[in-house]
Amino acid sequence: MIEEKVIEVKDMVKRFGSFVANDHLTFDVYRGEIFGFLGANGAGKTTAIKILCGLSRPSSGKVTVAGIDASHSPEEIKKRIGYMSQRFSLYEDLTVSENIEFYGGIYGMTRKEIFPRMDDLIRRLDFEAYRNTLIREMPLGLRQKLAFSIAVFHNPEIVFLDEPTSGVDPITRRQFWEMIYETARNGITVFVTTHYMDEAEYCNRVTIMNEGRIEALDTPARLKERYGVSNIEELFLLITRPNNKKV
Amino acid sequence: MNKIVEASHISHRFGSTIALDDISFKIGEQELFGFIGPDGSGKTTLFRIITTLVVPDEGQMTVLGRDSVKDFRSLRGEIGYMPGRFSLYQDLTVEENLNFYATIFGTTIKENYRLIEAIYSQIEPFRKRRAGALSGGMKQKLALSCALIHKPSLLVLDEPSTGVDAVSRVEFWEMLHKLRDEGITIIVSTPYMDEAMRCDRIALIQNGKTLGIDTPDHIRERFSQKLYAISNPDIYSLLLALRAEKAVHSSYTFGENIHITLAPGATTEDLTKCLEEKGFTEAKITEIIPGVEDTFLELTQK
Repeated sequence: MIEEKVIEVKDMVKRFGSFVANDHLTFDVYRGEIFGFLGANGAGKTTAIKILCGLSRPSSGKVTVAGIDASHSPEEIKKRIGYMSQRFSLYEDLTVSENIEFYGGIYGMTRKEIFPRMDDLIRRLDFEAYRNTLIREMPLGLRQKLAFSIAVFHNPEIVFLDEPTSGVDPITRRQFWEMIYETARNGITVFVTTHYMDEAEYCNRVTIMNEGRIEALDTPARLKERYGVSNIEELFLLITRPNNKKV
Repeated sequence: MNKIVEASHISHRFGSTIALDDISFKIGEQELFGFIGPDGSGKTTLFRIITTLVVPDEGQMTVLGRDSVKDFRSLRGEIGYMPGRFSLYQDLTVEENLNFYATIFGTTIKENYRLIEAIYSQIEPFRKRRAGALSGGMKQKLALSCALIHKPSLLVLDEPSTGVDAVSRVEFWEMLHKLRDEGITIIVSTPYMDEAMRCDRIALIQNGKTLGIDTPDHIRERFSQKLYAISNPDIYSLLLALRAEKAVHSSYTFGENIHITLAPGATTEDLTKCLEEKGFTEAKITEIIPGVEDTFLELTQK
């Protein structure tokens, strides 16, 4: 992997009143990397992702995403990234092809660019039968695959995936991760959050956040070795609940 | 053992969609029974039938010895239900919500406080906060407290752990075990296969059908072949190589390992040799005991 930084975060702090949601975060993410962003509910993950996506500004610190300063030009960041979450990604009352066209347009692609790529995408996903199907009539697993494909349709530098596999069946969940691998191999950086600890093992590197701080950041193999645990779930429990030895 | 829930040939459809397709099962007293399956498998519809909120198209549902359709009124007072979507009053405070649910069930917080104490005490410092302003984990604790405040005989929890982090999930299951030991029968659904091991018995469910109902250990034993784990620093390359290998029957990623079954006649020695030729010199193959997720994958592929 060429060590080219696509996300650079230095001493990032985000405060809401007296509450410190992100407490001096410092980390880099490299091009083509699958970067896992883990933490308990309320650890500050969503706050950090919002800043990285240009939806919110840091209170202090320096954040550069795809070469753009997040404090000064958050709008420019939005053009260079893709985003998908479990809760909302596609318009349920639009069809498959309408959603692709809509998102392509939002990201500034011309119709000439959109339509050939749409045909190609529908073929690759084996979605010919669904082209004119409303999203709300599609099974969740297929929706999530489509949502991911649309999030990278405009060829962003980074794609942010916020719990993309929540509630998805075990087979689709694995197919989804194969799409992630393929995307990363094509040079798109994948920034992903998940509550499935086995998925953390699929990442090149993982961070574990706790109470607004990054407590651990390395490859899954090195983290397991350093903390003397056999899997990431054990490490997660160790970091987020250090006083409970029972687990 | 007394049957708390008895479902007999339950089917239900929404328009042309078959949500439940001839489902039958029995749940005994003081059981912690889990429905394990992905979104869209029919879990929520089934739970709505158990809790008397939906009348099934076909079949009979008996809950606490009564018919879920005819005796819905008396049953509702004895069932605690926590829906998948947060359904408390967002503009009431924590305390007001709990008080409201206690009152409509004709009881008081004081009367059954002991039952909810372990859970509610964790959110009590925020009792003056509006429910809408709580974090996900706190909402879940409040919803469980409200579902328990009338001391139900049967507690039905629809995906209580979805979207909840790994730590809170562990704590939540510890609470469920305590409640079961108090004598409450609990029915719970989850898309997380690892949580299946925490139930007394489970039903695997997909596309409105049950794939198997048994104890988690017996479900694991239903796996019909020898299962092997194989690992490599670069999992994805190994996965692609295994897919192309004739000796491999199935291959699924499981964290840092890939779980495989072999084609008839193939041996691990053959496979090791083939992989070595392809440059996977570090790949180690070990036989392992299948988990619930392995069985689920095998059953859904049939």
